[in-house]
Formats: sequence, C-alpha cells, structure tokens
Amino acid sequence: MLQQVEGSKAVAVAVAASRPQVICAYPISPQTHIVEELSRMVKSGELRGCEYVNMESEFAAMSGVIGASAVGARSYTATASQGLLYMVEAVYNASGMGLPIVMTVANRAIGAPINIWNDHGDAMSQRDSGWIQLYATSNQEAADMHVQAFKIAEELSVPVMVCMDGFVLTHATERVDVLEQDAVDAFLPPYSPRQLLDPDDPVSIGSMVGPEAFTEVRYLAHMRQLEALDVIPRVAAEFAAQFGRDSGGLLRSYRTDGAETIVIALGSVFGTLQDVIDAERADGVSVGLLGVTSFRPFPYEATHAAVQGARRVVVIERALAVGAGGIVAGDVRIALTGTEISQRTVIAGLGGRPITTTSLREMLGRAVRDELPALTFLDLDTGVVDRELRRLHPVDRFADVLPQT
Amino acid sequence: MFQVRIHGRGGQGVVTAAELLSVAAFRAGRHAQAFPSFGSERTGAPVVSFCRIADTPIRSHEPVAAPDALIIQDVSLLGRVDVLDGLVPGGFLLLNTMRSPGELGLGTAAAALPAGHLVTVPASELAMEHVGRPVPNVPLLGAFAALTGLISLESVIAALEERFAGPLARSNTAAAEAAYQLVVKETAHAAAG
Repeated sequence: MLQQVEGSKAVAVAVAASRPQVICAYPISPQTHIVEELSRMVKSGELRGCEYVNMESEFAAMSGVIGASAVGARSYTATASQGLLYMVEAVYNASGMGLPIVMTVANRAIGAPINIWNDHGDAMSQRDSGWIQLYATSNQEAADMHVQAFKIAEELSVPVMVCMDGFVLTHATERVDVLEQDAVDAFLPPYSPRQLLDPDDPVSIGSMVGPEAFTEVRYLAHMRQLEALDVIPRVAAEFAAQFGRDSGGLLRSYRTDGAETIVIALGSVFGTLQDVIDAERADGVSVGLLGVTSFRPFPYEATHAAVQGARRVVVIERALAVGAGGIVAGDVRIALTGTEISQRTVIAGLGGRPITTTSLREMLGRAVRDELPALTFLDLDTGVVDRELRRLHPVDRFADVLPQT
Repeated sequence: MFQVRIHGRGGQGVVTAAELLSVAAFRAGRHAQAFPSFGSERTGAPVVSFCRIADTPIRSHEPVAAPDALIIQDVSLLGRVDVLDGLVPGGFLLLNTMRSPGELGLGTAAAALPAGHLVTVPASELAMEHVGRPVPNVPLLGAFAALTGLISLESVIAALEERFAGPLARSNTAAAEAAYQLVVKETAHAAAG
C-alpha cells in the first residue's frame, strides 16, 4: 500500500512482515527510529511471535541474535557507527558460524571527531567481516531489500547487512509502497535452519579450529559468499516478478549505453546522480551511472561487463581509507583489469556533508576533460587545510604528494 | 518541482511541518519528500527542514539550496542565520510574526518579491489560541496553502487528521483554518488596495 512514511518506519514494517522471532537491539542515532518502531509493534501485538530484547550494548545485541539464530530463530538487529564498532567481535562470529542474521546499518560516520551524520565509514570497516553487504539507493529499496535479505541469508546461511544512509534515508519521509504481510508471506518462506543447537540432537557451533583446518573453513566461507553472486540477482528477480519493481540485485545501471564516462556510486547519492546524468546528457555529455548494490560479495565480472565501452570511470565514495584513498575504488580497479579504462576516485559526503548537484556537475566536467586528479575530495575547504598544513610544515615538503582539489 | 525550506528552532515542530506538508501533497496525489537538516535535536537551536513536491518521482537527496518558498517559524533567526539564502526570484516568503516586514528589516526582500508573495501570520498566537501551545508549525501550513495555492486546505487537514487523533486533530485543524482565512483576507486586501 502506498504511504508517505519515514524511511525508518518503512524498514520496520518490512522487517516485521518478515516475521522475525527475536530482535535484540541497542538504540543509536540514526538507527533509533527503526528499533523504536519494532519495539512498539511487538508491545502492541502488531508483531506477534517475536521477542524484542533491549540489550545493554551493541556487543550484547549481536551476541543475543547469535544465540537466537543458533537455536533456529529468525533474528534481526540494527545499529550504526560506533555501535557497529562496539559489536565487531561478535559480528565476525556471526559470519564465522554461518548464522543468517539480518542487520540494518543506518550508515553514519565513525569518530573521532565525534559526528552523528551520514557516511559509509561504519559499514566499510566491516568490509572483510564475512557478511554480505547490500546498499539501498532509496527508502523503497531499503524496505524491499530487508525482505530479500532474509531470503538470501537463510538460503546461504550467511548474515546480511542492509546499509541505508543515516538521516538522508532513515529520516526522510517519502512515498513508499509499504510491504504487506500476505505478499511477504508469499515471498519469504518460514526459516528452516541448516544447523541448529538442539538438546535432543547435540552439535557444536563455533568450536576451536586449528591450523589443520582453519584455511579450509575460511575457503568454504569465501565460496559460500561467491554463491551469493548468483543468489542475490535471482532473489531480486523473484521479488520483481511478485512485486513488479526492481530492488536489490548486484548492480544498477542507468543510461550507461554508449557512455564515455561512467560514475560508480553506492547508496542514496544514486538518485541525485540520476538527476545529474539526465542534466549532463541533455547538454550532450556522454555519461552514465552504475550503482553498486552488492558491495560484498563484490560483483567483479558484472562490473567489468557493465562498464565495457567506457573511456573512464569515476568512483564516488562516502568513506575514506586514510593513507590509501578509496575503498570501493580498489575493487573497481580489479574489475577493470584487462581494460584501457581510466579510473578516478572522488571522496564525497563525509560526516554528513551534502553531495550537491552543483558540485557533482562541476566535478564531472573536469572528469570528462581529463582534468580530475586520481584522488579528489569533493568540496574540500582548501583554505583551511592549506593553512593547517603550512602551520604544521613551514617547509612545503608535502607539496608533491598532497591531493589536488 | 516545488521546493520548500523551513527555518525555526528546536521544539517548534520544524521537522513535523515538513513531514505534514509532504503528507498533504501525497494525499493530493503528488510525489513529495520531506527531511530535516540533521542532528541539532536541542530545544531552541536553529533547525532547518526541507520539502520537495513534484508530479514525478523525486530522486535527489540533496538539501534544498534554491527554495521556491521559505517558511520562517521564528523571526529571531533573522540576522543570525541567512534564512533568505537561495530564495528563487518570484518565490514565496512566509513569516511567523506580528511585526511588519519593514520592522523586521525585510523591506528590501519584500520589494524584490512579486506583490503578495511575502506574508506575515501571527502563527504562535493562533496556535496558543486554538491548541493551547505556541507551536507555530500547523497554522503556518494553513497559511502556506493560502499563500501558494500549491496544496489545498483540505489536504492539510487530511494530513493533520492522519497525524493527530481526536481533540488534537480538531484544535490543530482550527488553527490551520484560522491562518488560512487570515492569509486569504490579507491577499484579497492587498489585491484590492
């Protein structure tokens, strides 16, 4: 049913319609509205058959859903930023034990300096945690992807992180086709665990593995996640067949046919970029857009195929690997192996700085003229950083290595 | 696409105003998007919210830089925050105040706008009278409907009835209607004069 709702509420309704049996959570901005709404739904009886546990920390929240999932309950949690960092040890345990937990990450910057606003630094820090990571471009997609996430997670016995931009999506009120119970029931079968802690049929999960088998365990986890490269698009196709719209999948192409320059991005900036691409195309500039929905596993082959024919790609990243530059850029570089396509990386939107059409168009203009440096910080206040660098280094010894803007 | 920016202070319902406006537009069959300028959840701190209204799906998620209409819920922000920044030529300016634009130092801004595009409403007083709390957001939405014609008073009331229940819905509706009628009269007076 079409509703004008806040993104957090649309996600909470989608999670509830997925019939979770245990939710353990600890509130943190900008995730709070999601778990508050789920808590309210459990208390009011709108969400039946579910135990909601308000834990004492994020570490406890993840530990709680690990226990619940291990005894065969469909389990869900949500967090952001420092909260995700605080649960990290348990995050790795969830994937290591192959527990199909679904977690929303309402993407937010990591401190210090403390900052409550949006970027992808939190989820990117869990790049190698063994979780599948899906990034939503809109609130409709965020809601839809949660239902898909349970299906993907349970089929593969791998946990799934659904990443949605904090505040930009979680706190935006938009038109969403809110998922209804009957439709979700038809799409998502009841959870049938692959492994189960059962006193009548005892097994151990997550016991110690020595050098003789640890590599094999990791290898199998890797192969399992590569299977997701088939499962994710298949589940998205099943969803499209039932609900009539494209949500999820591996990649999302927009006007890439014949494009000389292709912008690659994750998350909600995709919509702003669609407007930018339309404006540039109207001005005769040959540009297209590729959204990465599945960051883990990274769809190398599909990315390689999607940018064929382009002369250059520009990767826009809402996170920074200090001392290296882009994070997604490294994966794109691998995907471009064997092509002549040049690559530029743009760090944008850190700590909630708006990514504006004006700045994106100015940046794209430089990109198509081949004037963009390899690494660019969008809207960097050069006056401030130059002053600080000069204060720290009276001799301009970093002049050659500092990124130009 | 019609873009609105709302300025006020924490506690004045700035975020709720944008949400209600988007719901009113949605009820009228249009696409709408509302979102806050995030984070300053402190009573009294300057707060900004945004609303976009269009006939086609809204894809952008950037803040509104060039609003077609500005709603200023607290005129004490004038001179402290550049609330008029980016207002498009021919745009609308709606202020919660009992003072005149001249008294507020808005003479130049008023002269630059088309006749009847700058309107002042005693929204806090109307809210106090009808709702019993000086929260100006709902009367300003009634005034916005009358000023811009972008949404109808009926759509605003539908949004209020979706948000509030019982007596609170009725009192807020009365406050919105009162502000709506004030602006209709003021605009008619300006047109006649």
